[in-house]
Amino acid sequence: MVTEKDIWEHLEQISDPEIPVLSIVDLGIVRTVSITDDCCIVTITPTYSGCPAMNVIQEDIIKLLSPTIDTKVEMTLSPAWTTDWMSENGRNKLREYGIAPPEHEVDKSVLFAKPTVVPCPKCKSSHTKMISQFGSTACKAHYQCLDCLEPFDYFKCLK
Amino acid sequence: MTTQEAFYNYIVRLGDDSLILGQRISEWCGHGPILEEDIALTNIALDLIGQTTNLFELAVQIEGKGKDVDQLAFLRLEKEYTNLLLVEQPNVDFGYTIVRQFFFDVFRKLTFEALCQSSDEKLAAIAEKSLKEIKYHLKHSSEWVIRLGDGTEESHTRVQAAVNTLWKFTNELFYQDEVDQKVIELGLGVDTSLFKEAWQLHVEKVFTEATLTIPANTWQHEGGRKGTHTEHLGYLLSEMQYMQRAYQNMEW
Repeated sequence: MVTEKDIWEHLEQISDPEIPVLSIVDLGIVRTVSITDDCCIVTITPTYSGCPAMNVIQEDIIKLLSPTIDTKVEMTLSPAWTTDWMSENGRNKLREYGIAPPEHEVDKSVLFAKPTVVPCPKCKSSHTKMISQFGSTACKAHYQCLDCLEPFDYFKCLK
Repeated sequence: MTTQEAFYNYIVRLGDDSLILGQRISEWCGHGPILEEDIALTNIALDLIGQTTNLFELAVQIEGKGKDVDQLAFLRLEKEYTNLLLVEQPNVDFGYTIVRQFFFDVFRKLTFEALCQSSDEKLAAIAEKSLKEIKYHLKHSSEWVIRLGDGTEESHTRVQAAVNTLWKFTNELFYQDEVDQKVIELGLGVDTSLFKEAWQLHVEKVFTEATLTIPANTWQHEGGRKGTHTEHLGYLLSEMQYMQRAYQNMEW
């Protein structure tokens, strides 16, 4: 008999297609898993409204679980996803992969406010600058390290 | 008009605004003035199309005729689109695009902040989700308005010209009719007249810093909410709808 805990463990094998180093569990987008009468319902929430990875993730979950148990994937928008739901494990994996993990504060209310200090994931220097709030995917901003000069992605804070 | 019809029309209007603006901005893909802005604009377009998908999914549920969201997005005629005239205006240049975006972002932020309190749970959830994205959009467009307005003589002249041309579409942001009255009564939708002043104050504050002025002409253009559009929408739709009309029921 498969348990909810087993399902959660299984789901760690599924990665975000745009950031393959992160599992969907690390990312915090799997909200609930419930098993009723031999059927499993996995509820997920999108990071951004237009995130093109959601369809792929949905298909991956069904492909992975359906040999074991009848599976349905449901989508919820509320409460809205926040980067605070990313696991510590996920944050470490991001950093090792070369993407700076989200800082715990947002700075989007004040115009021209000093952007959050984001340490360089390569050389750890805090002497970095934001190039653009919008990066290669909706969830990332574009930074550059002013010491090692390496450009890098920052997984921006969303609250 | 029944409550159901009013609520359906209300949601479609909100979705049409982000659909048409999303399509319009995506014309910048591969043509941005610098790579970072090319990416920023396409990211914003993607957010707007995503918000549209959520809104249209809710609309087809309310309508309850089992329609597909693609039908709503791609297969209506020009007069059936109810977006604001502002969002269908052409891109012209980067400054013009930014001014249009700025007027819209301030309005959308105020609208969605209020919609978080909608008596419809699903609409409130969409508003809460979208708002996080809109705040980034507003910061982006505000910063560029200031940078361009208070920039070089050339950039100042261009954005001021954009303001002068686009100002006549701003009153329509606060257009209200029987659809709005019905949804406001039931707490489903929001009364935009409550934040008209806040919108104006926000725009003035950014314009002061940007050394831009609001034009004195008072003539205002409207009609989008009733399907009477400027000449620009037809061209946009013909490009947007081409695939669905040429290959019916196609899916990605």
